[in-house]
Amino acid sequence: MKKGSYIIENTQQIAKNTYRTRLKGDTSAIVAPGQFVNIALAGSFLRRPLSVCDWDEKGLWVIYKTVGKGTSALSKLEPGQKLDLLTGLGNGFDMELAGSRPMLIGGGVGVPPLYGLAKRLMKQGVRPLAILGFNTAEEVFYEKEFAELGCDVVVATVDGSYGQKGFVTDAMPQEGTTFFYACGPEPMLKAVYNRTNTSGQLSFEERMGCGFGACMGCACRTKYGAKRICKDGPVLMKEEVVW
Amino acid sequence: MVDTSVKLCDIQLKNPVIPASGTFGFGHEFAHWYDLNVLGAICLKGTTKDPRFGNETPRIAEAPAGMLNAVGLQNPGIEAVLETELPALRKLYSGPVIANISGFSKEEYVFCCEKADQSPHVDIIEVNISCPNVQSGGMSFGASAKDAGEITKAVRAVCKKPIFMKLTPNVTDIAEIARACEANGADGISLINTLLAMRIDIKNRKPVLANTTGGLSGPAVFPVALRMVWQVYKAVKLPIIGMGGVSCPEDVVEMMLAGATAVQVGASNLQNPFACPEIIDGLPPLLERLGVSRIAELIGAAHY
Ligand SMILES: Cc1cc2nc3c(=O)[nH]c(=O)nc-3n(C[C@H](O)[C@H](O)[C@H](O)COP(=O)(O)OP(=O)(O)OC[C@H]3O[C@@H](n4cnc5c(N)ncnc54)[C@H](O)[C@@H]3O)c2cc1C
Ligand SMILES: Cc1cc2nc3c(=O)[nH]c(=O)nc-3n(C[C@H](O)[C@H](O)[C@H](O)COP(=O)(O)O)c2cc1C
Ligand code: FES
Repeated sequence: MKKGSYIIENTQQIAKNTYRTRLKGDTSAIVAPGQFVNIALAGSFLRRPLSVCDWDEKGLWVIYKTVGKGTSALSKLEPGQKLDLLTGLGNGFDMELAGSRPMLIGGGVGVPPLYGLAKRLMKQGVRPLAILGFNTAEEVFYEKEFAELGCDVVVATVDGSYGQKGFVTDAMPQEGTTFFYACGPEPMLKAVYNRTNTSGQLSFEERMGCGFGACMGCACRTKYGAKRICKDGPVLMKEEVVW
Repeated sequence: MVDTSVKLCDIQLKNPVIPASGTFGFGHEFAHWYDLNVLGAICLKGTTKDPRFGNETPRIAEAPAGMLNAVGLQNPGIEAVLETELPALRKLYSGPVIANISGFSKEEYVFCCEKADQSPHVDIIEVNISCPNVQSGGMSFGASAKDAGEITKAVRAVCKKPIFMKLTPNVTDIAEIARACEANGADGISLINTLLAMRIDIKNRKPVLANTTGGLSGPAVFPVALRMVWQVYKAVKLPIIGMGGVSCPEDVVEMMLAGATAVQVGASNLQNPFACPEIIDGLPPLLERLGVSRIAELIGAAHY
């Protein structure tokens, strides 16, 4: 975990109400895909947690939906503006569990951390199957980016306006995969949990006070006792999840 | 050189800045950010007799210049705190430790305070009386002078160490509660705990917090906290630990002028993990600018 100042390099709208921002600065605290950053924004007391979509030595990318005050403010900041971030938060995904054919299941703005994961799995010579779910065609993003990494990609939309019609669970193959990594809204995670027969990891969200394990704001029950989503998570093993 | 040390009962603090209960866990997380030994003292997470999961989530909501929390006293229980958390903290930190005790009955307060009093690692016991009194209708112990006095008397009987009663601001007359604590043997007063508050999600028309209500803290409450520290200083002769919205060295000076001997920093630690060391580093230059050579001379200096 590190605290530091980051410079906005650019922001693009990549889908309906969905933006990607590149932040330049120290990424040495980021050690695994699925970790998150906590961003301080003028006008808001609490920081905003966002998953790291991808990172390199010079900076990181976040992809977010403008759902309220903080994310809207972030999308409007100009290149060159500085932001205070806590980076390297949370455990992230464990790539060693992937096996030869992992399945990545993302819903909406749960997709971003899976991109960084896919990129690193490909580097290890593991080719994942990515199943990306959205509500409707205008919200779809990153199909091309996943394909360019060399992954197999299936897109599903709830209203059928793009890709396969239905939920991510309708697009999941019954067999042939070794492990799954899922990130998305809780109802999606629950459906994935119920419809998968391999082991897997699921990334959860919770409202956070600190993001680094101090306040107990983000507690969640697991089979092995209470855990903090921000510190012991946000990624939990399928086997420990309690709904 | 300015002297930033203060004396709390007979305990010497190298500076008056203490992280507040519930915003600092048992210290371990912050040891990652900085050397804990820069702190004046450390106040531990609220501890009960048995382990508690606390309230359901969401437990956190935002407010203008502050936050609401309804953590519900999640903690591993007094045994684990004294036998596991504290010895672990002691490996990282050698300064004064304030245990923060909560309870839902008089017996629970007595049980936990007695245990904390016996621990070689605890220097001060802070008794959080903002909790609901389960045996008499769920009203907070700290909301009635009679209950506050009774808890003080009961824990006093089993403790040799200094006892600070931590008051809730959700009362009509804070001075009356403080006087009841003084009359029953308290060594000091800590205030304020959080202000009862709520938020509603305008999209789904439901309270944001699973617990419906929570406690407001952060810079938004600073003037309220300051006013209450002022009133309590006028009402009792005991040392005061002032808190509520402290976020910069200027706030520390203001709290001390109102009557605080030491100051706790809560929500600011969550927003900025370096809040306490930054405040501590900012004190000497600020005091110099104000022409103050000894911080202790500020205590209550605004009173006429
Ligand atoms: C570990 C983690 C990773 C996340 N990654 C992403 C991501 O990559 N892309 C993305 O679009 N969103 C992500 N989110 C959700 C994102 O944090 C919220 O959408 C954002 O905080 C909303 O802030 P706001 O000010 O726009 O909304 P408001 O509703 O105005 O926010 C009010 C308060 O509620 C909190 N809050 C609101 N919604 C959420 C939520 N879903 N989760 C946690 N806190 C919330 C805010 O942080 C703020 O404190 C992530 C959440 C977590 C916990
Ligand atoms: C997340 C959180 C948890 C808290 N937990 C406790 C607690 O366990 N016991 C207690 O006495 N006070 C607790 N408090 C209250 C603080 O110690 C402090 O009295 C209050 O927040 C006012 O200070 P602040 O405005 O600087 O946060 C908590 C506050 C917060 C924000
Ligand atoms: S948000 Fe503070 S402990 Fe997780």
